[in-house]
Amino acid sequence: MLRNLFAALSGGLFGAGLLVSGMVDTTKVQGWLDVFGNWDPTLAFVMGGAILPMALAWRVAARRGVSRLGTPIPARAEPRLDHNLIIGSVLFGAGWGLAGLCPGPALASLSFGGWGGALFLLAMGAGMVAAPAIRRRIDRLPA
Amino acid sequence: MIEQDWVHGFIGGLMIGGAAALYLLVNGRIMGASGILGGLLDGTERGLWAERLSFLAALILVPVLIVPLYTVVDTHLTQNWAVIVAGGLLTGIGTRLANGCTSGHGVCGISRLAPRGIVSTVFYILAGGLTVALFRHVLGVI
Repeated sequence: MLRNLFAALSGGLFGAGLLVSGMVDTTKVQGWLDVFGNWDPTLAFVMGGAILPMALAWRVAARRGVSRLGTPIPARAEPRLDHNLIIGSVLFGAGWGLAGLCPGPALASLSFGGWGGALFLLAMGAGMVAAPAIRRRIDRLPA
Repeated sequence: MIEQDWVHGFIGGLMIGGAAALYLLVNGRIMGASGILGGLLDGTERGLWAERLSFLAALILVPVLIVPLYTVVDTHLTQNWAVIVAGGLLTGIGTRLANGCTSGHGVCGISRLAPRGIVSTVFYILAGGLTVALFRHVLGVI
């Protein structure tokens, strides 16, 4: 129960932060990516602001080894740069550039994003469901 | 006015990082929006469903409470449905293949100096920049 309560606190704070930061506004996101147009650096301030408390959190987590509710802190992923990471990141970047929404803001803006926001979320969900089959094909590619 | 956007961005960023810190230090999990939604949709680590659902419900519902404080909140999303569908599909497939998005690889990965997080972030920003350059300045669709 406590676990769900804190998950909700975290999700709520995340949603509020996305709204306050302006990252639910696709013009700001596409403005950050638009280096040949009217470049908007806001996203860098958001990233910087988010990385600061999280860098501290990782230090505390490394010292403790387990979370407050007793879950082991996730181990560092092996620094393996595989096909899925690169292809996935490029596909995501293309989608992010096209629409100006990434998964967090797409969810946070559901209540005020209109039919377009809901359509984006549906398409994103369909993509997520399709991904494991695509991953299996990519895994068969020669290294 | 532009500077005010940066200040709001930084404050909102602190809140996002605070949310990620809470999820890590209390629940022991990495706060990645695509992982939490995608895991729920494709059944990865099924036992986490309640925690994930709680996170997503609050992520969607808390903005409902805050939006009235603003005079205008607009996502300014394109009205072009083909662009919306393509963008959504690519975002869904890409984030699940890469195992993370802006929150997981960006916020949580970079702050841990995780090589995969840093590499992913470089690639999705480059791909996003090229996409905007092509579709806005060459093709003029977005």
